Amino acid sequence: MGILDSKVPSGPLADKWTNHKNHVDLVNPANKRNIDIIVVGTGLAGGSAAATLAELGYNVKTFCYQDSPRRAHSIAAQGGINASKNYQGDGDSNYRLFYDTVKGGDYRSREANVYRLAEVSGQIIDQCVAQGVPFAREYGGLLDNRSFGGVLVSRTFYAKGQTGQQLLLGAYSAMNRQINRGKIQPFNRHEMMDLVKVHGKARSIIARNLVTGEIERHSAHAVVLATGGYGNVFFLSTNAMGSNVMAAWRAHRRGAFFANPCYTQIHPTCIPVSGDHQSKLTLMSESLRNDGRIWVPKRLEDAQAIREGKLKPTQLKEEDRDYYLERRYPAFGNLVPRDVASRAAKERCDAGFGVNKTGEAVYLDFDAAIMRYGKEKALTSGMKDADDGAVRALGEEVIETKYGNLFQMYEKIVDENPYKTPMMIYPAVHYTMGGLWVDYNLQTTVEGCYSAGEANFSDHGANRLGASALMQGLADGYFVLPYTIGDYLSNDIRTGKIPTDSPEFDAAEKEVRDRMEKLMNGKGTHSVDYYHKKLGKIMWNKCGMSRNAVELQEAIDEISALRKDFWENVRVPGSADSKNQELEKAGRVADFLELGELFAKDALTRNESCGGHFREEYQTPEGEALRDDENFKFVSAWEYKGEPKDAVLHKEELKYENIELKTRSYK
Amino acid sequence: MSGLLKSSIARKVVMALSGLFLVFFLGQHFVINITSVIAPDTFNSWSHFMGYNPLVQYILQPILIAGVIVHFVMGIGLELQNNRARSVKYAKYKGSANASWISRNMIITGLVVLAFLGLHMYDFWVHEMAYKYIEANPEDPTRYYEETVYKFEPIWRTVLYILAFVLLAMHLLHGFASSFQTMGVNNKYSPAIQTFTKIYAIAIPLGFAFIAIYHHLNPITH
Amino acid sequence: MKLNLKIWRQKDAGSKGKMMDYTIDGIDGDMSFLEMMDVLNEDLINKGEEPIEFDHDCREGICGSCSLQINGEPHGPDRLVTTCQLHMRKFSDGDTIVIEPFRAKAFPVIKDLIVDRSAFDRIQQAGGYISINTSGNTQDANSIPIEKENADDAFYAAACIGCGACVAACKNASAMLFTSAKVSQYALLPQGQVEATERVQNMVRQMDLEGFGNCTNTGACEVECPKGISLENIARMNREYLAANIKG
Repeated sequence: MGILDSKVPSGPLADKWTNHKNHVDLVNPANKRNIDIIVVGTGLAGGSAAATLAELGYNVKTFCYQDSPRRAHSIAAQGGINASKNYQGDGDSNYRLFYDTVKGGDYRSREANVYRLAEVSGQIIDQCVAQGVPFAREYGGLLDNRSFGGVLVSRTFYAKGQTGQQLLLGAYSAMNRQINRGKIQPFNRHEMMDLVKVHGKARSIIARNLVTGEIERHSAHAVVLATGGYGNVFFLSTNAMGSNVMAAWRAHRRGAFFANPCYTQIHPTCIPVSGDHQSKLTLMSESLRNDGRIWVPKRLEDAQAIREGKLKPTQLKEEDRDYYLERRYPAFGNLVPRDVASRAAKERCDAGFGVNKTGEAVYLDFDAAIMRYGKEKALTSGMKDADDGAVRALGEEVIETKYGNLFQMYEKIVDENPYKTPMMIYPAVHYTMGGLWVDYNLQTTVEGCYSAGEANFSDHGANRLGASALMQGLADGYFVLPYTIGDYLSNDIRTGKIPTDSPEFDAAEKEVRDRMEKLMNGKGTHSVDYYHKKLGKIMWNKCGMSRNAVELQEAIDEISALRKDFWENVRVPGSADSKNQELEKAGRVADFLELGELFAKDALTRNESCGGHFREEYQTPEGEALRDDENFKFVSAWEYKGEPKDAVLHKEELKYENIELKTRSYK
Repeated sequence: MSGLLKSSIARKVVMALSGLFLVFFLGQHFVINITSVIAPDTFNSWSHFMGYNPLVQYILQPILIAGVIVHFVMGIGLELQNNRARSVKYAKYKGSANASWISRNMIITGLVVLAFLGLHMYDFWVHEMAYKYIEANPEDPTRYYEETVYKFEPIWRTVLYILAFVLLAMHLLHGFASSFQTMGVNNKYSPAIQTFTKIYAIAIPLGFAFIAIYHHLNPITH
Repeated sequence: MKLNLKIWRQKDAGSKGKMMDYTIDGIDGDMSFLEMMDVLNEDLINKGEEPIEFDHDCREGICGSCSLQINGEPHGPDRLVTTCQLHMRKFSDGDTIVIEPFRAKAFPVIKDLIVDRSAFDRIQQAGGYISINTSGNTQDANSIPIEKENADDAFYAAACIGCGACVAACKNASAMLFTSAKVSQYALLPQGQVEATERVQNMVRQMDLEGFGNCTNTGACEVECPKGISLENIARMNREYLAANIKG
């Protein structure tokens, strides 16, 4: 246990962060000029960290695989960002945000980290507004808030359905200012291939220039990994096509423990898969569940007729529909948390009630809401005797003002008008709570290697609440890491430039080159995508929304076999010393093939159900998640020992001193 | 100033301002010319004023010529630069999908109008200069109407003029309203500017064409 | 459906490229355009040929990576969508589709359909920011009330995804819509006023240096912009620029 020191400061919860900041070592401004930091990933966490570190005076090098930092996948976040500003006067506070987050995470996150997150949440909003981020406002000119899943206050700040985009562009603008000053050197279209340790400390990375294929050595005094989540291990997810685990996994192989890999968030409202050609899934904001009712046909033959196109959903009578969430969870109905809604949809589709041609979709129906809003609108506009058609038209207008852009996006993709016929939705992989294990300072188990944002495991426990990912990314990057990394770097003021011609570099570069050569020299039976899709199927079927010991063991064996097959038979065309997207994909899939196995192993080890991890063996008689606080109230942190099957489990016991552990119920 | 003129926006503003100046001149030119149809005597006296007033001759006329030259030189310069901005051309470029032919082909309509301007200058201005300064003829305040009508006797010239007016109309249809956008005007008045542009761009060239046709059909018979 | 494709192939920045013909069968209307390209690439890989490279990432119309000129229009014939959101149902069996990279001198081709849009980054670096440090004691967010209409307009300008369709569509390869969107966002907000003069001058200077063409107000950019960024932004930038230069 000695290795896993979370370094949580002592003292009362609310004072920990302030006290910690007061006592960490600082680097004087003149010395900061002599210190280099590498930031890998330029999304919310990496971009904000890079900008802030450069403002402080460090020399920063940023790396991203995209052609510009502005394209990092943080940009796709729709809903909003939480902050305990209490602008609505509805009783919000740091404690409440902290409490909701820990509870939402099903009591599997670290109290001190989450409290700090809540504490800096307000500063994030101040900072972003000062940067010119155009948040939604009320007519009085003040900031608007909306409410999000499972909480009792309005604390979510938003910019229409593009909050992530606006926040990322804010961080990008802060980066641009530092690039203009020469304090950030951006390396776009570069991929981190390995972490280099010198005398046990993370001192640099090996990167591949994706345009020229050149292998480059970049040294620094510390390395920050802010490379996002690994949802693409499922092949189909709401992540970007390029999102990958390579940087985190390379660090893992160099000694960084990987925490809670099995905690995955599967979002209930995504546009369903339309066929085998599908490359990516699109999210429909959670806010739709406020007005949409979820159902499938009651009778199997109706479901079949719908799948075959012989029956339209609008032809099905009310009594022939099964509003299964309202049936199973009368108290919360369609507004149960994400994990519960997702599992319920899967259960119905597995039982044969799915409604699209693949049989994996349920309806999200706005008809009742349209008529309800329409009636209200008719009355308030003085139309006492409006007929059904007029009411419907009015109702559709109301729905359009609320969700117009989402309905339009749905129509572009599915080619059906969701005002006239119910939407089809299905759960999809969306976010990974697991990631590199970090201590309170966001340092991994490799000295000098830090991790921020979705790439680390820190704040969301076993399930993330809506609008919390943006908050965490920016908290880490703007307000946590820039302080905590100084404590470490204060020992490096006399180190001087790290030379890149040491034997450690030579060895790391050789490994990278050997690995690429091996990928290029596969026998060439199948494309990279062939393997990625196969891996995705295994993950989705056996490590997806519900898991059991038998299938998890099968998954481990199948992934292991698939990995072997991959390394022998993959076909990577082109050459390694030029632009080569297939080679890029191959490197990423190779790491997914290792991570996937560890994922399954972690899920197999955790003999309980909590948050996004649902083990069929551990459920209540009503089919709800059954947590085991006595035996599993810990963070699983895996140490790399060669093959994933040999990984060694380390436990960080979680202590709850400010919150009482309870069972979540939505009945 | 020369530094400023290297900027794309400043150059565009010069295009807009010189264009607007020419638009204004065109209106004034039309007002004088239409009198040749309705009141030949007025036409003669106004023309004489324009031809012999020193303010017009030594200040306004050079400004006008400068305006044409600036508009033309800047326009060509911008066009060349625009061409360079896409050195490798598209195999397929569907400009009609997103912009009008007129807005995309200002260089064509502009060059045609410029060519016409050459003919027009030869027809009237060169003749006038020769009359006044080379041949040093005495002032004759009654000659203008007859000279004008005489010019439109040949059908080829009348047709050429009408063709030029059509292209001028096209040039104005985009250029007039566009100059406001360039100078930063895009607000609640923009629809009105658009409407005025349409009226002006069609009415003025149509009026010129009418004058040309009228004189062609009504030659002076002595 | 079966399609004939004419696609630009270019080995690298230094090589000469050319259009190549491909045919593809079994394309379903529910596929996105990029999924159609995936099918083609899988075919090519299985035949031992090099797949066609193109930029793409989020595949939900927000990252701005995808950038194809399809049948002479950026992001193809549909409106208010990026290539990744364009679906094959917009085409019919037997169609010939011409696919080229976005063309501009300032967007040199890297490989096949991939172009280098770093010119856009450099324009942003020249002034697309508000100089504010991350101190943690910035004034409270609600201490600067902003008129809702201005906040909304700033948002619409800020919705630009930097894909470059405006440049690709423009007959002059002008980057005015892109540049003006950022200038407008800050011009509409009180936070942006302090640096307004320098910002617009520096960003326009950089835009010109990159070798983009001049705006001739054809309006093609606005029509093709997947996010519907308005021409009003260009007028606003022109205003800002003139005001900045009058101020000196």
